[in-house]
Amino acid sequence: MKLTLKIWRQKGADKKGQLESYNVEASEHMSFLEMMDVLNEELISKKEEPVAFEHDCREGICGTCNLVIDGRPHGPQQGTTTCQLHMRHFKDGDTITVEPWRAKAFPVIKDLVVDRSSFDRIIQAGGYVSVNTGQAPDGNAIPIEKDEALSAFDAAACIGCGACVAACPNGSAMLFTSAKVAHLGKLPQGQVEHAARSKSMVDQMDAEGFGNCSNTGACEVECPKEISINNIAMLNRSYLSSIFGSNK
Amino acid sequence: MAGIELKSNVPAGELKQKWSDFKGTMNLVAPNNKRRIEVIVVGTGLAGASAAATLGELGYQVKAFTFHDSPRRAHSIAAQGGINAAKNYQNDGDSIYRLFYDTIKGGDYRSREANVYRLAEVSADIIDQCVAQGVPFAREYGGLLANRSFGGVQVSRTFYARGQTGQQLLIGAYQALSRQISTGQVSMYNRHEMLDLVKIDGKARGIITRNLLTGKLEKHAAHCVVLATGGYGNVFYLSTNAMGSNVSAAWRGVRRGALMANPCFTQIHPTCIPVSGEYQSKLTLMSESLRNDGRVWVPKSKEDAIAIREGRKKGNDIAEEDRDYYLERRYPAFGNLVPRDVASRAAKVACDAGNGVAPTGLAVFLDFASAIERYGKAAAHSKNINNPSKAEITKLGKAVVEGKYGNLFEMYEKITGENPYENPMKIYPAVHYTMGGLWVDYNLQTNVPGLFALGEANFSDHGANRLGASALMQGLADGYFVIPYTIGQFLSKEIRTPKISADAPEFAAAEKDVQDRLNQLMSIKGNQSVESFHRRLGKIMWEYCGMSRNAEGLKKGRQMIRELREEFYKDVFIPGDANEFNPELEKATKVADFLELGEVMMCDALDRNESCGGHFREEYKSEEGEAQRNDKDFTYVSAWEWNETQPVLHKEELAFKNVELKTRSYK
Repeated sequence: MKLTLKIWRQKGADKKGQLESYNVEASEHMSFLEMMDVLNEELISKKEEPVAFEHDCREGICGTCNLVIDGRPHGPQQGTTTCQLHMRHFKDGDTITVEPWRAKAFPVIKDLVVDRSSFDRIIQAGGYVSVNTGQAPDGNAIPIEKDEALSAFDAAACIGCGACVAACPNGSAMLFTSAKVAHLGKLPQGQVEHAARSKSMVDQMDAEGFGNCSNTGACEVECPKEISINNIAMLNRSYLSSIFGSNK
Repeated sequence: MAGIELKSNVPAGELKQKWSDFKGTMNLVAPNNKRRIEVIVVGTGLAGASAAATLGELGYQVKAFTFHDSPRRAHSIAAQGGINAAKNYQNDGDSIYRLFYDTIKGGDYRSREANVYRLAEVSADIIDQCVAQGVPFAREYGGLLANRSFGGVQVSRTFYARGQTGQQLLIGAYQALSRQISTGQVSMYNRHEMLDLVKIDGKARGIITRNLLTGKLEKHAAHCVVLATGGYGNVFYLSTNAMGSNVSAAWRGVRRGALMANPCFTQIHPTCIPVSGEYQSKLTLMSESLRNDGRVWVPKSKEDAIAIREGRKKGNDIAEEDRDYYLERRYPAFGNLVPRDVASRAAKVACDAGNGVAPTGLAVFLDFASAIERYGKAAAHSKNINNPSKAEITKLGKAVVEGKYGNLFEMYEKITGENPYENPMKIYPAVHYTMGGLWVDYNLQTNVPGLFALGEANFSDHGANRLGASALMQGLADGYFVIPYTIGQFLSKEIRTPKISADAPEFAAAEKDVQDRLNQLMSIKGNQSVESFHRRLGKIMWEYCGMSRNAEGLKKGRQMIRELREEFYKDVFIPGDANEFNPELEKATKVADFLELGEVMMCDALDRNESCGGHFREEYKSEEGEAQRNDKDFTYVSAWEWNETQPVLHKEELAFKNVELKTRSYK
């Protein structure tokens, strides 16, 4: 299949960027990133600068890859990371626009590469259970209802890619933050710090320059792991109780 | 370095008492001294993140490094199936000794007894720790932890979180690490790649890193250096490893005098999605847990196999009596759950005989039809449906299979475009894990004092073949429960050593070495891309040092690598500049190191005139085609010293006092 790519090129954080056009020939069995590899090999053979983009595991779990494809984070296929998107979902002759995540808290580093370290700092603000190695009781000491464990898992499945932020008109990180709060808050081990964690993580999120949630739901639609916005409701509840709750 | 003596430093005493006695009598570092002592940890996968977090909790000043944009991305995250622990929650006869024995036997008697016993001993603590961190392991209806079976064992001791166990464990370790970062106990350096090890007076005292965003070289000093930088499977170009996984940190250690142990012991995983084309950048694993319920087969006749390859027939068109369930036939005791090396070789035998089922001829079926029927009948029974129709059974059965393996089936469909609930999966072996790694003693210290290696980066626990669900166990055992103790053996002697200064001349010299190396690579300005060299190296490795090897091929392969290396340094082209964000330069430094490692792997495979575990030499097999070990001559660890003209072999003899060396049989 013959494709035209319009790709965002930007030399560095403080430089201006623009879309540039490239032609590439791909096979429908390739993944989207393998198609990008083909383009880069061609550019290198012409001694031109390859397109910088991030990727690592290429099996949809590390959360590194992050392309906005035709205006949608991770492209058109539901519940799929960029690396798991295959070219059979495109047609011969298509023109495809490829851009970086765009959000104030994710500054562009080069071309399609952005800085997502703000996510790490949100986790550092309380996205953990305060337990040192060696302090743990037996794993079966506290039974956890099967469905509760599964629902905590569903929230914990977040891969930290940032598609939710890229999808949000406000550049909010509420889905990411709430997934961590819900993952830990639904388990007895994480309950102890639940309210305090909600507050400190939201405070950090605000400090990083992420926007507010206005319930558009775009984050849930674009999340490659299909994390539910019900988690945001849970976060709002615990955040409010951390401020107005009777134990405060 | 002639005459290096490899001392394992295994403590005296009974096997079962060694670790607890050692812990009770080892040297400690007092809290006031810990505060002054700095430790560098390179890599933030399961081993690195758990080590950095735990050392931080203990009070050491830790500097942690990753080349990723975040410590949450390391490839441990992609481990699907599970983590072993000798909890015996299932009351099925498991014990520490049995996990120890299974691991030694699974490794084909090429690992160190005391290390493996310790691994089995601390395995139960890992599960407790992870549960306490909030890892959402699978549970039974009563709320207690669930288990499943993995290859090479006859008990259920694998804990799991759907098909994303590695992700959940890594996030647990990442959260523990994040907590230490927030307290300032750990300083985190993202997007920093280690390009050299710095030694002062023979001891590891720091590293040279390149800031991947700016290209700037940096000098980082500490009292000791811990490498937890993973395996080197990407030397084969195509593997299940992440694109960025590499050997460079470990190899830089080797270039500074550490030894590479058993480099030819590579694990080829039997259940991966087959290669589909030349453009392919990586291979994707389908978890071993699938072999709990999937049955592996090929058509009995070549005509049927050809018809499937050409698309004239599908797997389901082949009648039951025309299928060869070759694992069940050859290994009735373990059936589809034989260890990985055995399953991989059997797939190769079936495909080499012409019975493969993908267009390339290199694939076998993994079929869930009988599992769907079995689970469907059971579900109908428990729902009190009498005389269920076939359609009802299939529907109920699919739901059960979806509950167990849903995300894996979905991933398969995304990649191949085929529905595995309707047609059997096609799978083929692929490079997955490297049992070899830096030589370490019982304390996980390399032969360079102050340089430690954890997780897949060391060689210590899996011998010539790793059992499924044991990599996560080893990574976390090393990081949470071993290094926090054993590092004290070295550091307790360093309490009078003042803070190490990065201004020491050794740092400047190492930095210059790195700068020269980068300048050299940038100045070649040839015509071929880094990727093209890597792909060619991978083909040589797979052809001559892959699933089966022979002396002639290994000699040829070694020569080809040497020629490729020469060509690389004459004709590689790296665009851009060294002083900027430059992913092609990053790749080039990694491929340069792989081009040296590959040669050592060939030397190692050639030296080992026996077949054991993942190392199958065609000259050494039984009449039935099974691997034939030679315990008399090869019960040793090969530890290689790098040398451009001829790598030098050092040996650590292995002594087995608690298990009898037997021919490994899964029949």
